[in-house]
Amino acid sequence: MAEIRIKNVAKNFGSYQALHDINLTIADQEFMVLLGASGCGKSTLLRIIAGLETATTGEVWISGRRVDHLSPKDRGISMVFQNYAVFPHLTVFENIGFGLRMQKLPDDEVKRRVERTAGLMHIEQLLKRYSGELSGGQRQRVAVARALAMEPDVILMDEPLSNLDALLRMEMRAELKGVLAESRTTAIYVTHDQVEAMSMADRISVMHQGKIVQAASPIEVYRDPAAEFVASFIGNPPMNFLPAEAAGSGRWTVAGQSFEGPANGKDLKWAIRPEDLRIADQGFGARAKVVEPLGAHLLVTCDVEGHQFRAVLDSELSVKPGDVLTLAPQEGRGRWFDPETTLSVA
Amino acid sequence: MEARLLPYFLILPVTLFLCLFFLYPFALVAQQAFGTENGFSLDNFREVVTYWKFPISMKNTFLLAAAVVPIQLALSLLMATMVTKMQKGRDLVLYIWTIPLGISDLAAGIIWLAIFEQSGFLNSMMVGLGVTEQPMSLLSYQTPWVVFLAIMLAEIWRATAIMLVILVAGIGLIPKEYYEAADVFGASRWKQFTRITLPLLRPSLQTALVLRVILAFEVFAVVAALGGTIFPVLMGEIYAYQFDLQNGGAAAALAIIVLIISIVFTLIIIRALRVPKGATI
Ligand SMILES: Nc1ncnc2c1ncn2[C@@H]1O[C@H](COP(=O)(O)OP(=O)(O)OP(=O)(O)O)[C@@H](O)[C@H]1O
Ligand SMILES: [Mg+2]
Repeated sequence: MAEIRIKNVAKNFGSYQALHDINLTIADQEFMVLLGASGCGKSTLLRIIAGLETATTGEVWISGRRVDHLSPKDRGISMVFQNYAVFPHLTVFENIGFGLRMQKLPDDEVKRRVERTAGLMHIEQLLKRYSGELSGGQRQRVAVARALAMEPDVILMDEPLSNLDALLRMEMRAELKGVLAESRTTAIYVTHDQVEAMSMADRISVMHQGKIVQAASPIEVYRDPAAEFVASFIGNPPMNFLPAEAAGSGRWTVAGQSFEGPANGKDLKWAIRPEDLRIADQGFGARAKVVEPLGAHLLVTCDVEGHQFRAVLDSELSVKPGDVLTLAPQEGRGRWFDPETTLSVA
Repeated sequence: MEARLLPYFLILPVTLFLCLFFLYPFALVAQQAFGTENGFSLDNFREVVTYWKFPISMKNTFLLAAAVVPIQLALSLLMATMVTKMQKGRDLVLYIWTIPLGISDLAAGIIWLAIFEQSGFLNSMMVGLGVTEQPMSLLSYQTPWVVFLAIMLAEIWRATAIMLVILVAGIGLIPKEYYEAADVFGASRWKQFTRITLPLLRPSLQTALVLRVILAFEVFAVVAALGGTIFPVLMGEIYAYQFDLQNGGAAAALAIIVLIISIVFTLIIIRALRVPKGATI
């Protein structure tokens, strides 16, 4: 049972607070993705779990054991480093087998595991080379193979596929997910690529400025963002926002349209995903500004009462800049946010 | 200027300097060593090698190097690791440890002579503590091993820092992330030292050892101060040929022998600590 509990973890670097009161539980065998913009504290959190960084306050528990005082090697984890940390003086084989050698496993077992994980990462032909002779992407795969070869209970991965080309990355994504599910490994996976996050995660923790804003399943993060930040970070293009004026008894006026919403006294923001809009007889009057044909869809950036508003429409439509479209939201897809707290309002 | 020629142009001053102050004197020494009135000959070499003091001074020089260099290597590695691990006061400690570097080797020899002499600190202390009744003559023919020990101590004290400085710089160049990875993958502190630090330190170890071993074969002033004629070494013999016996040819021949020994050891060290082909460090 490799469950990870992070309780009230905060981290200061001098006067700069990189992490604020993080609370997170990652279930046994769960694939948790930490998603956030550059500099939001993903690596710092991962390194605290690994024991490479000490939390200023808070506790880390792995498999029901408090591990704060344990050194990384006693935590039952294995890790892929953001900067790879592949040893330059060892061959690829010895790099992947490094941890196994430290455990004093017999040679044939080391060989078996190294060859298996190298095969998974498609680097079996590189085993005799030194890492200095490898490309960045090859080196990164050595780092992943080295972590997998340990067959750990918990694997921590810091942007492990960031340096691969799109095709290889897609392939490795599936490969990695499959291997980890098969070996029942609990995984924490750091990325700032939301497609990667959506496609791999059991749950996504969205981080922003050292806080976890939302930790939920990919579809929930996408459908019901807990805060404006999540709504504008997840989804490509992100959600549209329009100001909503209270019209009394749970009715709201958004850009001239009347909607049913929360029974709330204050002004709110209304949000809709661009892909949840369609052309209708009744709806927002939107003047098209930029039209981008993306093949599968047509991305139209419009102006609704002075607010930028994007719609993903059918690629067969012919829309020109300057056209005025009438856009209606799909039933039940609008969301409400409190502009003061930026949190979602039900 | 053509880009192809520029590098040569830039190293020209250094090359001229080296030719003038190194190659030219070297040629003169070689000429002196190999030349007599009747042209090229090995007479000078024959003379120095068959002299009764040659095997002893050769043996002493090697013995001293063999005793001192490994200890210095271990010590400087230990000290460099300690300094690197320090959070505060690191520079201060490093400065203090490198003070002996600023002292000339003769002065260092005299400092240690002041300790070991019959009227020196060590004797005063032992008498003061009642360990011995009378000051003893420590550096004498009767106790050659004390002489050897005193020279060893002085050499270790004097010349460990030169390796230390090189190794500290070398360790500082090893990225921290390798230790983090080693930590995660279960390497103990000792394993990190043998599997990460030592292999990645090979270029610095090469430099430090080559420098130190060459210096060990050139040991002179410390030995002269502490051992005098009790402990003859190669450099002392060169000095004796040149200034006591006024035999420049023999001195030059012996100097060339020392040079050859130094070159051989340099090659051995470079080969032993070479980085495998393809591994970048
Ligand atoms: N050792 C350190 N000393 C001082 N500040 C640090 C240190 N490590 C990280 N920080 C700061 O903490 C913040 C979070 O850094 P972190 O490396 O966790 O970001 P990240 O989310 O992993 O970003 P990226 O996606 O770019 O890797 C950053 O603002 C960074 O400047
Ligand atoms: Mg990072």
